[in-house]
Amino acid sequence: MSTTAAALHDHHEPQLTGIKRWLLTTNHKDIGTLYLWFSFIMFLLGGGMALIIRAELFQPGLQIVDPQFFNSMTTMHALVMIFGGVMPAFVGLANWMIPMMIGAPDMALPRMNNWSFWILPFAFAMLISTLFMRGGAPAAGWTMYAPLVLQTGDAFPFMIFSIHLLGISSVMGAINIIATVLNMRAPGMSLMRMPLFVWTWLITAYLLIAVIPVLAGAVTMLLTDKFFGTSFFNPAGGGDPVLFQHIFWFFGHPEVYILILPAFGVMSQIIPTFARKPLFGYASMVYASASIAFLSFIVWAHHMFTVGMPLAGELFFMFSTMLIAIPTGVKVFNWVATMWRGAMTFETPMLFAIAFVVLFTIGGFSGLMLAITPADFQYHDSYFVVAHFHYVLVPGAIFALIAAVYFWLPKWTGHMYSEALGKWHFWLSAVSLNVTFFPMHFVGLAGMQRRVPDYALQFADFNAISSVGAFIFGTSQLLFLYLVIKCIRGGPQASARVWEGAHGLEWTVPSPAPAHTFNTVPDSEVIRRETLA
Amino acid sequence: MQVKNHSERTVIKLIVVVLAMFGFGYALVPLYDVICDVTGLNGKTGRISEAESAEQVADINRTIKIQFVASVNAGAPWDFYPNEYEMEVRPGGVYYTTFKAVNKTSHSLVGQAVPSLAPREAALYFNKTECFCFTQQSFTPNESRDMPVRFIVDRDLPVNIDSLVLSYTFFNITPDNQKS
Repeated sequence: MSTTAAALHDHHEPQLTGIKRWLLTTNHKDIGTLYLWFSFIMFLLGGGMALIIRAELFQPGLQIVDPQFFNSMTTMHALVMIFGGVMPAFVGLANWMIPMMIGAPDMALPRMNNWSFWILPFAFAMLISTLFMRGGAPAAGWTMYAPLVLQTGDAFPFMIFSIHLLGISSVMGAINIIATVLNMRAPGMSLMRMPLFVWTWLITAYLLIAVIPVLAGAVTMLLTDKFFGTSFFNPAGGGDPVLFQHIFWFFGHPEVYILILPAFGVMSQIIPTFARKPLFGYASMVYASASIAFLSFIVWAHHMFTVGMPLAGELFFMFSTMLIAIPTGVKVFNWVATMWRGAMTFETPMLFAIAFVVLFTIGGFSGLMLAITPADFQYHDSYFVVAHFHYVLVPGAIFALIAAVYFWLPKWTGHMYSEALGKWHFWLSAVSLNVTFFPMHFVGLAGMQRRVPDYALQFADFNAISSVGAFIFGTSQLLFLYLVIKCIRGGPQASARVWEGAHGLEWTVPSPAPAHTFNTVPDSEVIRRETLA
Repeated sequence: MQVKNHSERTVIKLIVVVLAMFGFGYALVPLYDVICDVTGLNGKTGRISEAESAEQVADINRTIKIQFVASVNAGAPWDFYPNEYEMEVRPGGVYYTTFKAVNKTSHSLVGQAVPSLAPREAALYFNKTECFCFTQQSFTPNESRDMPVRFIVDRDLPVNIDSLVLSYTFFNITPDNQKS
């Protein structure tokens, strides 16, 4: 923390080249780029694991992988996608966009920013190296329930320490974002003028610093239970395995809002732009985000209705969970109201945004079904749950990320991407995603269990359909990779404003955004014009 | 320079939050035990002294059926079973039964039994004055032993409950260096 933004810009560092530029960079845009590329690599890796799962499930019976490896794939797919795909991608967007959106020259703690990124490749090198270890990669599910997870082989301590490192990285990123938003806003950029992406990230960052340490505690308890003779989760020594589930989900439920709140922020930037109307209900959006964050702390046990809770507990967690539908509904209605009678155009970011609103709502509704305690006893650990959380994460978090990349790519690269390829990418993704995940609702309700490499014959047709959809979805993402590289290399020059209806400070700087923006504070008249437009 | 000072203060506050939440994760452990004790969750049964148990008078108008279940945790090398499988008791009376455990190996073992009571609403009303589950049990090679439980079902047991199941799971907690 020896270098602060203010100090950094007093003496411009000599321009580094080659690998050193990326290793030693403290520039928020460079670090944002690193985060985004890293998360895209993890997205492809985690996607590859998903395709191994879908290939095995294409037919009933065991064909391609043995069950232990199958379980490793479900576990690693989740860990890689959550901690490597979605979370770093949103941190990357935050790095790129938050300073530009609030008129700051950089993040508040640029040196720590560099550090929090460069921990990630080491953490994932550790986690992925477990694939080659004796006893295989972790296979007890990303939720790491004791006592099953304690049977993990040599991979166990590597998994624990990689989660510690990922947690440290996330917490440092979150601290940096809070410090930036609270201390570095340009004069005139009051809290209630901030773009919603900044708001949702501020709330997300508070969630991160509140729950990631709890996860760190939970995995540390696992570690000491395994190696140092403690009995947190071992009944023989007075512990209780159910305790792990409580601690884990105390982290785990806020975690799912960590994955989706920044996506809500992205939507609230994109939809007004292409509807050419100001966001409907700005203040209610802020309060809805804060309410969701608060409620996320008191609903965790809805993940464990079947462990044997008292009736009063089940009722409390059922009703508090259903309560979340209210602020989330406020958001969905606000987006729809923003589009209502807007002069809408359907460029690729807007297509992904509209798909987000529709498909995320489907995921929200299946979540409400899961919240109904008596019904949950049937749905628990079935493919219905898999369908639910993939509907909120793929067309939710992932589509928001893709939409954000299309939305800001011209600002980052100075070139327009190919709209035709973008539309191909959208339609292939949107259709194949539904082909993949929609049948999972049916097989889940009919009783197909999750995390099992084999299934009863009557599920064969729907599973074959899901697998075909998954391979189309996976392949379509390579088109996205090609499109992004093509856009970086060249393309029609993008204007500073890029989109006709775009408002916000980031659109007042040239495209591509120069390495250093807002070294001088933006004019308060500009801020007034660009916010709450 | 002003920016720096502001950020440092923010960062220090946030680090305090991070450390506090790490501690909170650990605080959930005793908190969970307290909640389980208060609510009788997880079938955790209570323990009272002989004197306290003597204060109650048996309710002769009511009988409760108690079934006993014994099991060993995966791989624990004991035969373990109740000597009586079922008992009729009156709330308020003190009763005694034994469980038999046989060390099936030719080396010393240490075991720990963990009790659980069903239905769990009854756990608050089931107390023991003596139980082999209170302490670790050491076994010499091939030893066979009856282990006692002395218990009392509280007179306040809700009237809708007329049968209970008391189960024990036996865990092998022999220190690693003594396992062969």
